[in-house]
Amino acid sequence: MTTHTQWTPVCKQQDLVADSGICALIQDTQVALFYIKKEQAVFAVSNHDPFSQANVLSRGLVGSKDDQLFVASPVYKQHFCLKTGRCLEDDNTQIQAWPARIEKGQVEVLF
Amino acid sequence: MNKTKLIIAGNGMVGHQFLQSLADSDQLDNFEITVFCEESRLAYDRVHLSAYFSGATAEDLAMGNAEMYRSWGLNVLTSETVTAINRADQSVTTDKGQTLPYDKLVLATGSYPFVPPVPGHDRQQCLVYRTIDDLDAIAAAAKNATVGTVVGGGLLGLEAAKALTDLGLKTHVVEFAPRLMAVQLDDGGGAMLRQKIEALGVSVHTEKNTQLIDDGEHCVHKMNFADGEVLETDLILFSAGIRPRDELARQSELEVGERGGIVINNHCQTSDPSIYAIGECALWNKQIFGLVAPGNQMAKVAVSHLTGGADSFTGADMSTKLKLMGVDVASIGDAHSRTPGARNYSFVDEREEVYKKLVVSADGKQLLGAILVGEAENYGTLLQYMLNGIHLPEYPDTLILPNRGDDEQTGLGVAALPETAQICSCHDVSKSDIRAALDSGCCTLADVKGSTKAATGCGGCSALLTDLVNHELEEMGIDVNRDLCEHFPYTRQDLYNIVRIEEIRSFDELLEKHGKGHGCEICRPAAGSILASCWNDYILTEQNVSLQDTNDTFMANMQKDGTYSVVPRVAGGEITADKLIVLGQVAKQYNLYSKITGGQRVDLFGARLEQLPEIWKILIEAGFETGHAYGKSLRTVKSCVGSTWCRFGVDDSAGLAIDLENRYKGLRAPHKIKFAVSGCTRECAEAQSKDIGIIATEKGWNLYVCGNGGMKPRHGDLFATDLDRDTLIRYIDRVLMFYIKTADRLQRTSVWMENMEGGLDYLRQVVINDSLNLGEELEQQMAQVVSSYQCEWKTTLENPEALKRFRHFVNSDAPDNNVVFVEERQQIRPATASEKSSLKAEPIKLVS
Repeated sequence: MTTHTQWTPVCKQQDLVADSGICALIQDTQVALFYIKKEQAVFAVSNHDPFSQANVLSRGLVGSKDDQLFVASPVYKQHFCLKTGRCLEDDNTQIQAWPARIEKGQVEVLF
Repeated sequence: MNKTKLIIAGNGMVGHQFLQSLADSDQLDNFEITVFCEESRLAYDRVHLSAYFSGATAEDLAMGNAEMYRSWGLNVLTSETVTAINRADQSVTTDKGQTLPYDKLVLATGSYPFVPPVPGHDRQQCLVYRTIDDLDAIAAAAKNATVGTVVGGGLLGLEAAKALTDLGLKTHVVEFAPRLMAVQLDDGGGAMLRQKIEALGVSVHTEKNTQLIDDGEHCVHKMNFADGEVLETDLILFSAGIRPRDELARQSELEVGERGGIVINNHCQTSDPSIYAIGECALWNKQIFGLVAPGNQMAKVAVSHLTGGADSFTGADMSTKLKLMGVDVASIGDAHSRTPGARNYSFVDEREEVYKKLVVSADGKQLLGAILVGEAENYGTLLQYMLNGIHLPEYPDTLILPNRGDDEQTGLGVAALPETAQICSCHDVSKSDIRAALDSGCCTLADVKGSTKAATGCGGCSALLTDLVNHELEEMGIDVNRDLCEHFPYTRQDLYNIVRIEEIRSFDELLEKHGKGHGCEICRPAAGSILASCWNDYILTEQNVSLQDTNDTFMANMQKDGTYSVVPRVAGGEITADKLIVLGQVAKQYNLYSKITGGQRVDLFGARLEQLPEIWKILIEAGFETGHAYGKSLRTVKSCVGSTWCRFGVDDSAGLAIDLENRYKGLRAPHKIKFAVSGCTRECAEAQSKDIGIIATEKGWNLYVCGNGGMKPRHGDLFATDLDRDTLIRYIDRVLMFYIKTADRLQRTSVWMENMEGGLDYLRQVVINDSLNLGEELEQQMAQVVSSYQCEWKTTLENPEALKRFRHFVNSDAPDNNVVFVEERQQIRPATASEKSSLKAEPIKLVS
């Protein structure tokens, strides 16, 4: 396991889909990337849905609940916070979340 | 223990209620029960008899059924009548000559229609309106008739007039009194009702005393009135009131009233304590009760007394609300203001044809009675004021004046009702019964209706019941907020209207003008569906794509492992050999699991995201289109082969199914929609379990609506019969667009119907009679959707921007290594978690 993290370029900004997700492969990890238009911000969380064991979170719908941005699993509809990866229905479940940003038209994840 | 020998003479609505109450009391085992039913049919709903001519069948109207009665252990003898009671030895004799002993006897013999003894009343085609056999006779007579006349302008007479208009006759109503519904309405109400009914094409003749019926010149009969006028008609229906069937009581010398009726006490016992009388044959306190609710009450009281209970009958409120030919009419309490000192308020709107009157006590504090014609929404509230003696508001007229302000509350808060307030009079359900049902776990209106039967009789209390249930749920801390979600303080129906009226074409615009936050997985797809229903734009535009569920986004159905299944359209289930071969080839080339669906098409499973465009390229080149199996939209129109091949088919069901599927394909709605078309009554396509079901008849097509298979099966309601093709399509256009306009999010048509106030009749009014004046608009909206159809997959393949997302990784061509298949029955299936981790099973190599 790497001990230090760095901003890793993943794809171009225009590969993102507004208010929706795509999936990137970073090293051997599947990372779901979401671009929220109103915030002009990109978020990175694990693409793996711990409830269905399928790699599908990038295909979920995004939205907000009390100002908290989330993605809803397309399989069984649990909500995961885009900033922290915390599951809103189940305090004991959390998926990994990484800082992400757009730099000069590039999407980068602190990985 | 010896069982009590119990005989029930009569199996009408009240006779049935008696049996039902006895069964509910769990005391059936203590009785040996014999039921005599004069008609060949067991009990049926006489209140809704006229529905027989607007599509309902005898089966739809049935209340008792042989199987249920058998399970209750009853000995039921149909087409057999008790002709004599031998009180000395406690036995009855029947028209078939058998004699049976009884310990207790219940007379539920009902009433017969009074036919005035006018010379000529017994001519051919002079009929009455009481039983289903009567209706069959009326229908047969109507075949050779063009003009029909009802004698009697009361409640039943107007029901009968509706039946005649439904049969396509030019209809007259002849009434002896100076106004219609003379018992329930005053002059103002009667006049307004007359105006409304005449506008529907029925001619009303009041103050007419028929003196002779003889041969007509243009029609079969000529009715000669006392004032010298005449009326020619082919068919006459007498509906001039009812008379109790008390002949058994007279024969056995039970006490009867001066003008008929078997005298009963508060326990419904006759002058012989072993004999009870209930319903319209019974006379309590010199009154005959010609409504079903008091009859049901008597039935319950008699059961209570027989089983040792203490209930008693102490009279009944004769208030009534009904819909006559689509016109709301209600009469409450002392409608004629006969109480000394009573004061009236009235409101007349001649443009909207509404008449309302309140009768209040001299001190203005109590409601004594009311009349509502043309609009009776407040019936439930007013009835509760009257029944419970609740103090009226300072200005009682606010209860009948139209509410034009936004915030003014004119209704009675349900909280003000006492626990004993009767909410549903047909089934005698009180407020405390409703609360008990909620306490025992019911948490929706539908649950409460199912558990208490409230609002399942005449339906007059459904608005009140809804308010009460919502209020109680709120009290219990259960959220009954109907907002779509936290982002939009509107219902789905509100949002639909907003989108239509303001011509909003994107979610961002909708959110900015009417919502807040970022949206969510509830409002985004709901808005996506509404936008698609209204404008039918391509669903994967930059604006629309973030509204779609994953199935719509990738136009395929996601399975548990994240792969998708592909279902091309096979309209009507008809497919050429060449196309079948292509499906096989695609399945083979991509190693897809193949299964035939219930909707007569082929589902190909196990396609990975990145394979979908290639698969669809092949399918579209072979002439396939997207099947919308992924959408809340029209799925399939299932069919049988119909008259083209089948020995029994009476019309081309497959041809119609294909045309309908092609007409409505791509239509997005609150939920999925399934159709089926059967070519004859054998119903091989199972159309009655579909949202829209069509069955061929010798004379056209019968249309069924709001059926469902699935989780909660529901037989479709017969909506209209013997339709030609154009009318059929027009009705379907209207039904579907009205569904799209008024349903909740993710509400199937079956639940939509269950929750619709006024139910099937209301939907018929809207669609067939165009009561909301919406018909043309709904058709235009459908025409726009039909004309703007596109195959979404074809559009997508031509759109490089949309295709960008059809790969698992944005930055790699690798497939998702978590997708693993194993072989089972010569096809693939997803590997289980343990198979994946142990790799005991041989993984199937992914096709790249």
